[in-house]
Amino acid sequence: MIRFDGVTKQFPDGTTAVDDLSLTAPTGKITVLVGPSGCGKTTSLRMVNRMIEPTRGGISLDGQDTGRMDAAELRRGIGYVIQHAGLFPHRTVLDNIGTVPRLLGWDKKKVKDRSRELLEVVGLDPKLGNRYPTQLSGGQQQRVGVARALAADPPVMLMDEPFSAVDPIVRDQLQDEFLRLQDELGKTIVFVTHDIDEAIKLGDQVAVLRVGGTLAQVAEPQYLLAHPADDFVADFVGKDRGYRALQFEHAPRLTLHSEPSVVVGETPSSRASWLLVVDDDRTPLGWVEPARVGDRPVASEDLHRGGTVARASGSLRGALDAALSSPARRGVLVDNDGVLVGTVRAHEVLTAIEETERPERDEDDPVHGGAMDVSGERG
Amino acid sequence: MDWFLANWPRVIDLAGSHLYLSGVPLVVGLVLSVPLGWAAVRWRASYPAIITSSGLLYTIPSLALFIVMPLILGTRILDPFNVLAAMTVYTLALLVRTVADGLSAVPDHVEQAATAMGYGGLRRLFGVQLPLAVPVIASGLRVASVSNVSIVSVASLIGVSQLGDLLIDGYQRVIYGELLTGILACVVLALALDRLIVLGARLLTPWQTAGGGAA
Repeated sequence: MIRFDGVTKQFPDGTTAVDDLSLTAPTGKITVLVGPSGCGKTTSLRMVNRMIEPTRGGISLDGQDTGRMDAAELRRGIGYVIQHAGLFPHRTVLDNIGTVPRLLGWDKKKVKDRSRELLEVVGLDPKLGNRYPTQLSGGQQQRVGVARALAADPPVMLMDEPFSAVDPIVRDQLQDEFLRLQDELGKTIVFVTHDIDEAIKLGDQVAVLRVGGTLAQVAEPQYLLAHPADDFVADFVGKDRGYRALQFEHAPRLTLHSEPSVVVGETPSSRASWLLVVDDDRTPLGWVEPARVGDRPVASEDLHRGGTVARASGSLRGALDAALSSPARRGVLVDNDGVLVGTVRAHEVLTAIEETERPERDEDDPVHGGAMDVSGERG
Repeated sequence: MDWFLANWPRVIDLAGSHLYLSGVPLVVGLVLSVPLGWAAVRWRASYPAIITSSGLLYTIPSLALFIVMPLILGTRILDPFNVLAAMTVYTLALLVRTVADGLSAVPDHVEQAATAMGYGGLRRLFGVQLPLAVPVIASGLRVASVSNVSIVSVASLIGVSQLGDLLIDGYQRVIYGELLTGILACVVLALALDRLIVLGARLLTPWQTAGGGAA
């Protein structure tokens, strides 16, 4: 558990970057600090491993005051990932990953083995191990950055906009893998971003900071979307927050309809206006209009690919989007292996939404209401 | 050519001394300029003082420095050590700034990452900063090597032998073959040192020559 206790940071030029910040990042959870530029989120992050010293207040790690620890030792016990990865250009990928274990004095063989293992953990080809950072793509570099931070298995990780310098598709992929990894590792993570979507997707708890470094609100993401504490937070979480909140509502409640389908390469027998096309493994490929295809086999060019596909175990947001984007107005749902399980209509999703309870508002404490309960934690 | 063929053992001998008198100070100067350059970067306030004063050393005329050295060091007038010391001063004058520039050129995000990983003090200097400063330092070293090869020939005037002897003797006795040999031998020596430094830098920076492009 990381605890900020009335932390203030004033720089010598008189600007206040962080103003009386009190916040707890619970053990094993992801706490996201989000806000516009100038809100002091990076400064707050760097005060945890004392790259910046607070002017007033203190930060404790599992109850221990970080101000009393040896700075270099403290840092070796905290994983750190930054934008652009910050890899050492003169070291190979494996040597980069082994940085902290080497500093901790592990023996060479152990460092090498651990580095190889991590390369796999973050989903990189072992062949890349002997390359230099400049020979990797941005996404690959970022994975190496994460591997390097994990190398000595620190309980705490600090991540400063780690995914913001890669393109949106890679970013999405990295975020998903990061969540999968966190599921296994359960690190205590403080994650800084300016992107509210990323904050909501990744955070177990989201702290919104405003310019001047004051805490506007800290809450679980659903709560934040449902009950912004003030206009600033409401503005920051965005206009489509109602829609976005749906990503936290799970879809299993939906009753699915079985959907007639045709395997690509076969001739459609149905004369429905839209027919779903699947491959040999029953993975949906797209929709066709049988009237246009006529009596010949369905070819890849006939496919209408506009519809999104949602996972049946996924969120209501995904299900609703699948229904809204489908040319047949029937949203396609698949299981975790991508196999078709059925379809759902938008109004059915909406009915499910209406039956969903919204997080209740805590009238006593608008700023901390809905934050994670850490009272039972150690420290 | 005839002159060289008739005197080549002596030329080789002088070239050896020349290399020794200009090369050793290059190495010693480099080793000394690292802490000075590092200090200039580490304590920003000291930067102007260190850089300016070391740079000014280069303006001392070489003959004067060669003559003054015995007074400073208490050595004998003809001791080659005077030349080694003076050449080290010139190397230092050129390299302190280069080392400081090289160390400051380490990208910010790399420095931050080093801090965050828990790198401090000497391990940071030798593990991260110096390796990354190699290309810049090597370019300064190339300038210093050429400068040393050139300046050290003046030492013939105070009786320390090297290729400069050929220039002075050739000039005084009007032996063009000897003059030409002296000049060419200096050029060859300077080029050889230069290649050696380039090669050394390449070996120390394999990441710079590794085939680029994302996989």
